[in-house]
Amino acid sequence: MYRIIKREEMAEGTIVLNEIEAPQIAKKAKPGQFVILIANENGERIPLTMADVDKEKGTITIIYMIVGKSTELFASLKVGEGYAHIVGPLGSPTHIENFGTVVCVGGGTGTAVLHPIARGMKEAGNEVISIVGSRTKDYLILEDKMSKISNELHICTDDGTKGRHGFVTDELREILESKKVDLVVAIGPVPMMKFVSLLTKEYSVPTMVSLNPIMVDGTGMCGGCRVTVGGEIKFACVDGPEFDGHQVDFDNLMQRLTAYKHEEEHSKECMLNKKV
Amino acid sequence: MNSSVADMTKKERRAIPRQDMNERDAKERAKCFDEVTLGYSLQEAQFEAARCIQCKDPACIKGCPVGIDIPGFLDCIVQGDLHGSINKLWERTALPAVCGRVCPQEMQCEAECVVGLKEGREPVAIGNLEMFIADWARENGVKNEVVIPPATGKKVAVVGSGPAGITVAGDLALKGHDVTVFEAFHRAGGVLLYGIPEFRLAKDIVDYEIEGLKELGVKIEYDSVVGRTVDVDELLEEMGYDAVFIGVGAGLPNFLGIPGEELNGVFSANEYLTRSNLMKAFDFPKFDTPIIPGTNVAILGAGNVAMDAARTALRLGAKSVKIVYRRTKEESPSRQIELHHAGEEGVEFEFLTSPLEFVGTDGKLSGIRCERMELGEPDESGRRRPIPVKDSSFVLDCDLAIIAIGTQANPLLTNVTKGLELNQWGNIKADEKSGKTTKEKVWAGGDITLGQATVILAMGTGRDAANSIDAYLNGESW
Ligand SMILES: Cc1cc2nc3c(=O)[nH]c(=O)nc-3n(C[C@H](O)[C@H](O)[C@H](O)COP(=O)(O)OP(=O)(O)OC[C@H]3O[C@@H](n4cnc5c(N)ncnc54)[C@H](O)[C@@H]3O)c2cc1C
Ligand SMILES: Cc1cc2nc3c(=O)[nH]c(=O)nc-3n(C[C@H](O)[C@H](O)[C@H](O)COP(=O)(O)OP(=O)(O)OC[C@H]3O[C@@H](n4cnc5c(N)ncnc54)[C@H](O)[C@@H]3O)c2cc1C
Ligand code: SF4
Ligand code: SF4
Ligand code: FES
Repeated sequence: MYRIIKREEMAEGTIVLNEIEAPQIAKKAKPGQFVILIANENGERIPLTMADVDKEKGTITIIYMIVGKSTELFASLKVGEGYAHIVGPLGSPTHIENFGTVVCVGGGTGTAVLHPIARGMKEAGNEVISIVGSRTKDYLILEDKMSKISNELHICTDDGTKGRHGFVTDELREILESKKVDLVVAIGPVPMMKFVSLLTKEYSVPTMVSLNPIMVDGTGMCGGCRVTVGGEIKFACVDGPEFDGHQVDFDNLMQRLTAYKHEEEHSKECMLNKKV
Repeated sequence: MNSSVADMTKKERRAIPRQDMNERDAKERAKCFDEVTLGYSLQEAQFEAARCIQCKDPACIKGCPVGIDIPGFLDCIVQGDLHGSINKLWERTALPAVCGRVCPQEMQCEAECVVGLKEGREPVAIGNLEMFIADWARENGVKNEVVIPPATGKKVAVVGSGPAGITVAGDLALKGHDVTVFEAFHRAGGVLLYGIPEFRLAKDIVDYEIEGLKELGVKIEYDSVVGRTVDVDELLEEMGYDAVFIGVGAGLPNFLGIPGEELNGVFSANEYLTRSNLMKAFDFPKFDTPIIPGTNVAILGAGNVAMDAARTALRLGAKSVKIVYRRTKEESPSRQIELHHAGEEGVEFEFLTSPLEFVGTDGKLSGIRCERMELGEPDESGRRRPIPVKDSSFVLDCDLAIIAIGTQANPLLTNVTKGLELNQWGNIKADEKSGKTTKEKVWAGGDITLGQATVILAMGTGRDAANSIDAYLNGESW
């Protein structure tokens, strides 16, 4: 068992953080890599990016949004309890170097995935400008942490309760208009990544996105995670999860994410009914 | 009873027909995941074993990649000495219950059996009898009474828990070495577990064999992807392993590369079977992993894997399941028995048909545009080459398509391991006799060196590597 040593709720309890003992994974983990977790012997394999790693303590941190049966189950685990299985680190690490000026755009739990990458970019000597967006101010996460590692932090909320009243793309356009940007990293909901990529394409600024297709093994043996990039099929778990945003077929990804919609709803219902 | 079979004259023995394997009724079994084969009764087993004429120079043994003493184990059955029989099997194979079920016997041991070479006669059912004895031992708690020699203090890491890895681990534990298996998945068994379905090989049999391995002192580290969680060089240099065996299989699925492959409803057989077998999606929502049952299902390819996928889809409730294959039944790489079982259960066949494109609406698969083929001149493989029939394209309606056209070596481990030479297909180069790779202290075997092969061939390479590793650990130079 992989023991949870810290548990926090964020964004009104819709997002949960777990710090978990996993020394071997912590030893090897690099920014941008993910793990696959299984809650119990009947559980499914759920991929989550490592939001933080403490090599000395031998722990990894995950931050996830409660969206369905498995994340609901994860959220029910208390400190001292744990996951039956965790495998990783999986996926290719982020390519980090001194690009110059990097704009990091995060939306929703994507900000958790973005944080270690932004920090890596900063440590590599980049000027890091971050834009973090959410529906409303109570759903903003990791504001402090992002602000610490960014030269500038811009906040956007859809309802204007904090920062700019508008989308992250509005803020990004202004920045792209006003200065030379060498790289944009965008991680968040698929539509957000899609619109960021469409925008940066206009300005010809290279853009990296992190994709989250449905996965099983995470090692390249099922092909379930395939995404269309530059007209070619790629396996996100080994070829990614990060790809060139200008090449990604986001509509296809959105479609593939709905593959088990019916089953997922059924599964959650069964779980909730048992609770009553 | 026992003595009566043993006392039969040669002539009487020759008159015994091959004993049919008892099977679950096709209609009943097409709806459930219970095993298709039900095994022999003791009497049937003895009659069948008595058909063996105990050749002085048994050809059958040459057909078995691990050289099982076939007349020896069969004669024990005839004599009623089941303990003796299982011990003969255990001398050469750690997985008789598995081999008895899934070996392509008709191409191996049984193909060589002299009884079957006579006109109008069928070979001795060696596989069925191997299954009979192994099942008897398991059901009666009969264990391999082995004496493990004192610990040698040598540590061996085995990467992958498929048949190759299991064989290496078992053999080396029996020599007193300290063995740890590193497995990427959360359960052990490799393809035996995630590929071959329950109805062909019950998973408690695989679990039982893995338990047996643990009883020999073998440790298993689950959730360990070598190349990611830990590297081969770390095992050797930091973690104190004296030798590493790589048996990671050939798990990378091939896709067709035709338009529409990204549609929802198009799967690799690996994914479909893994969801059902390993993750037990057939028991959703008790188990959390979902699977799409499909109403009209098309399987692309006609090998063993295709048959497994087709029969799984039927059991998950599909109304119609069609095998789409560009050649004919005769060229199908599947075992005849699998084709036969699939047909019996209601799987249909579209031979001489080739897929051109997956078609769909709103991102969901609705059919496959196919064209008809005819057989032309023989190609390099000696099989007649299928050539398209002009203007024969049509759409085969389906809401689920499973691609079963083979797998390749997964580059995950080999990409990051320095000094391991690969062949042109990405398989690890290993010495045929010893399993030694081009990297010192590293051996390899099974599908990762052979390409897609069989359980027993994987076990054979494992046995050879174990012998070579043992010799090395005892001081033989690299
Ligand atoms: C590489 C990668 C990294 C990720 N990192 C994070 C993260 O850091 N934080 C976070 O909140 N989420 C992350 N996700 C998404 C997360 O895996 C899904 O939200 C989770 O699997 C939902 O499971 P569920 O049973 O709770 O929901 P369900 O009700 O089963 O599904 C809800 C949604 O999740 C998707 N989903 C379902 N099963 C899987 C699966 N096995 N693999 C991937 N997606 C699935 C479905 O498309 C669906 O849209 C990541 C996904 C990937 C592939
Ligand atoms: C559906 C299907 C049906 C088949 N039917 C038959 C049949 O009827 N008869 C027959 O003889 N053969 C059959 N085969 C072929 C047979 O199963 C294989 O030839 C055999 O299993 C190969 O054994 P192996 O030990 O080399 O590898 P595998 O059985 O593939 O096992 C490899 C193991 O290594 C693990 N692994 C992979 N990468 C890593 C890594 N980096 N780190 C740690 N672990 C890793 C995998 O998870 C797996 O557990 C079938 C194959 C399939 C897919
Ligand atoms: S292991 Fe396979 S090939 Fe060998 S005797 Fe048994 S069934 Fe035949
Ligand atoms: S070849 Fe056939 S008859 Fe001869 S020993 Fe082998 S099984 Fe018996
Ligand atoms: S998750 Fe199976 S290949 Fe990527």
